[in-house]
Amino acid sequence: MLTQSNGVAAKVAQRPAEVIDRAGLGALISLLQSDGYRVIGPQVGDGAIVYETLASADDLPAGWLDEQSPGHYRLVRGPDAAVFAHTVGPQGWKRVLFPPRQTLWEGERDGSQFSIEPAEIEAPPTVLLGVRACELAAIAIQDRVFLEGAYVDAGYAARRAALFIIAVNCARSTSTCFCVSMQTGPKARTGYDLALTELCGGGRHDFVIEAGTERGAEVIERLERRAAGPEDLAAAAAAVERAASTQTRAMPPDAEGILKANLESTHWNEVASRCLNCTNCTLVCPTCFCSTVEDVTDLGGDHFSRERRWDSCFTLDHSYIHGGSVRREGASRYRQWLTHKLAHWHDQFGSSGCTGCGRCVAWCPVGIDITAEVAAIAAAAPAAPKDKR
Amino acid sequence: MSPPETVSAVQAVPGAVTQPASALDPMVPRAFRVEHVRREVKDVFSWQLRPLDGAAVQIAPGQFNMLYAPGVGEVAISVSGDCSDDSALVHTIRAVGTVTRAMAQLQAGAMVGVRGPFGSAWPIEAGYGKDVVFITGTVGLAPLRPLIYEVLKRREKYGKVIITYGSRGVDDILYERDLHTWRGRFDMDVNVTVHTAPTGYRGLVGSVAEAVNRSTFEGGNAIAFVCRSEALTLAAVRALQQRGMTTDCMYTTLERSMKCGIGFCGHCQFGPTFMCKEGPVYRFDTIERLFAIREL
Amino acid sequence: MQRTKVKPKLAVWKFSSCDGCQLSLLDCEDELLAVAGAFEIAYFLEATRAQTRGPYDVSVVEGSIANLHDIERIKKIRAESKALITIGACATSGGIQALRNFGNYEAFVRAVYARPDFIEGLATSTGIADHVKVDYELRGCPVDKRQLLEVLSAFLNKRAPRVAPHSVCVECKLGGAICVMVAHGTPCLGPVTHAGCGALCPRHDRGCYGCFGPAEGANPASLSRHLAQLGLGERELAELYRSFNANAEPFRKEGAAHDNE
Repeated sequence: MLTQSNGVAAKVAQRPAEVIDRAGLGALISLLQSDGYRVIGPQVGDGAIVYETLASADDLPAGWLDEQSPGHYRLVRGPDAAVFAHTVGPQGWKRVLFPPRQTLWEGERDGSQFSIEPAEIEAPPTVLLGVRACELAAIAIQDRVFLEGAYVDAGYAARRAALFIIAVNCARSTSTCFCVSMQTGPKARTGYDLALTELCGGGRHDFVIEAGTERGAEVIERLERRAAGPEDLAAAAAAVERAASTQTRAMPPDAEGILKANLESTHWNEVASRCLNCTNCTLVCPTCFCSTVEDVTDLGGDHFSRERRWDSCFTLDHSYIHGGSVRREGASRYRQWLTHKLAHWHDQFGSSGCTGCGRCVAWCPVGIDITAEVAAIAAAAPAAPKDKR
Repeated sequence: MSPPETVSAVQAVPGAVTQPASALDPMVPRAFRVEHVRREVKDVFSWQLRPLDGAAVQIAPGQFNMLYAPGVGEVAISVSGDCSDDSALVHTIRAVGTVTRAMAQLQAGAMVGVRGPFGSAWPIEAGYGKDVVFITGTVGLAPLRPLIYEVLKRREKYGKVIITYGSRGVDDILYERDLHTWRGRFDMDVNVTVHTAPTGYRGLVGSVAEAVNRSTFEGGNAIAFVCRSEALTLAAVRALQQRGMTTDCMYTTLERSMKCGIGFCGHCQFGPTFMCKEGPVYRFDTIERLFAIREL
Repeated sequence: MQRTKVKPKLAVWKFSSCDGCQLSLLDCEDELLAVAGAFEIAYFLEATRAQTRGPYDVSVVEGSIANLHDIERIKKIRAESKALITIGACATSGGIQALRNFGNYEAFVRAVYARPDFIEGLATSTGIADHVKVDYELRGCPVDKRQLLEVLSAFLNKRAPRVAPHSVCVECKLGGAICVMVAHGTPCLGPVTHAGCGALCPRHDRGCYGCFGPAEGANPASLSRHLAQLGLGERELAELYRSFNANAEPFRKEGAAHDNE
């Protein structure tokens, strides 16, 4: 029930791919809106692609491309009116499923007594439009954290169950993308209700549309469409292949083994000399899930609440116990981020915590690149043993 | 207050999304009354807590609860009382931070919040047939006391039982009454050693390692439970190794920042482990390598 | 918990400053009555002429120590106060007037005042904690009124204030603001600056000016190398760090590193 778009996907009878045109995309959005969904998708905001509620398909970032490199992001005009030619924006879908601030409960004091009311969970039916393969992988990873352990995060579960996911296969990579090396993209394989591949240029603007779930297929039934021909499928495959083959960045193989064998590498100090401790990498990461709680009171102290907000392993408070923080050095905090993401995540959740989206590379103000740091740690190792623990 | 309907509210409830949020949300505290406050030593006090909903409390030696002082905050505290009593909880708290100092101000009758139990427990049965060595000091006796109670309840299942307790001075010996009772038993050895003592003190003066050296237990057939600061834990482990013990027979409990207790907040990570899930009680050989790394 | 009926006595003191921070307290329009209800306002010249003698439960101190008289006065206030909270950049690091610390003080006095001999200033402007024990420092130029209320609320409720020492970047990211440095190439002190303003400038397409002083674990040397790549010269870098918190250690050090004059 919770992972309708995940688990059920495999059971959907293979429905042949079909094609909708640009107007059909608009119709798809309107149709889902009339079904009661809010549709969140990419649009231009403050010089970047942001994921916000769309009024219509006209809000999509037609004709915009993103240029990304370490510490650098710019929107530029593209050669055509493609609406999904950009890659991933600074804000992941994490904001929807795991909001930056949540009130957990509110309490009231009455003498020596107090009462506690859990906060209401808001989970309106929501369409995520334009979810990339690396982002689907990120959602699957956070599902394992918040849904598939011993405890269920009720808010996440409710919001997750309210999703209808429309994936978009990437037709382009930027310099910060490395999904190929993480085996998460650029083609969406699972975890979506519908998947689109945009075909734009040469006088056409169409989308190959495929269903990943029964309810996805039901939506297709209600659209004006035609069967995809061999040339449509070839063009779609070529677009995804282009995105894959133009990827220049890659995570070194066996990052897990490299990091576990080098917890005391001298390179941690070197990267700490560049790291700002600003937390940006962790906050733009679509899988980072650390949070802290804060107690809020009014001046009288009779009303209080407990709030949960995003936290980062780069803060000193993150590891604070009586007597001081465990990770006082910047090098220790950087090591925590990198080893958790790429190595210890495997022990905890059975996969890497990295999807190759490249956000931490682009949005690091000083352009620290995790793929380069892993490579540097491997290079600095005397003779890296293949020790997994 | 809308108290959770059953104790299972604080247990793992996989797939229980159909229940009302209050009954399943492990982030929402359950209301308890402070029934009794005992001043232990300077800055250290114990609470006896009883749930307002009257339902049973379940916790195993070694596990912890998140204790909440209304409007102030929450802290992770190991259980320190007899866990076979399912009507009340005992927690021993040292007033060292904002939350624990606020807790120290609360009187009997006050209402507090409790979430839990969380984390791993001491393996009570792993020591059957073996000599049992407890090594601890100052407030470190608190997380071990429930285990000591359990061991003494089934005393016949163990070999020798030895408690080695180190203290800074003679004034901060925790649970002196328990130590006194235990010392009076013929079936266990209690070595209390203080770091500094006034002239005329008749007890042991010196390090815990020295006390371990003097103890009579069979290193090849023993189990050890250690609760000390991280720096002193290593000294205890070395002393036990010198007596022929291997680290797969040693257990310890560790401390990290805790914000949720259920593996969501990320704060308590220790290498590949979450201290709220795999810890706080660890078999030492499983963390030996991590333990050696600074600021992990 | 038993709550005493006696309200704690609050005093607000001014040293070398512009009054902006204590005005933040008056600016708490909606909450001002609650503050007045929770405290006995014993000394607050901006708000009331009524004065009550010490001792005070909590003293809120604005401004820096900039003359000999200030040193005597702050010691007396400290002695009369159970808790002492400093508010604002002046009180925590010496403020904008600490720019004098990097120049020739005598020359400044001669240039500014007609009768320099009347001026009994110190050659440096320093924060309160350089002179007496401070229980809590609230940053900002000026302080954020919500944070000020939060500190007072935390004091009343004996809990830790929710004033995180992390960078402004956290506030940008929590609020969904787009990074002006990465996306626009705008120089920004946000990555090394203490949060508290709610990322006011970046949310309005400006780089952070560092009003809240250095964040915990700030690494301005690395930021400067990057800003130099964005085109900032040595003088611009020195001036970037030399504003409201010029005398706060990481900023003081980084400003000096680029001051080649």
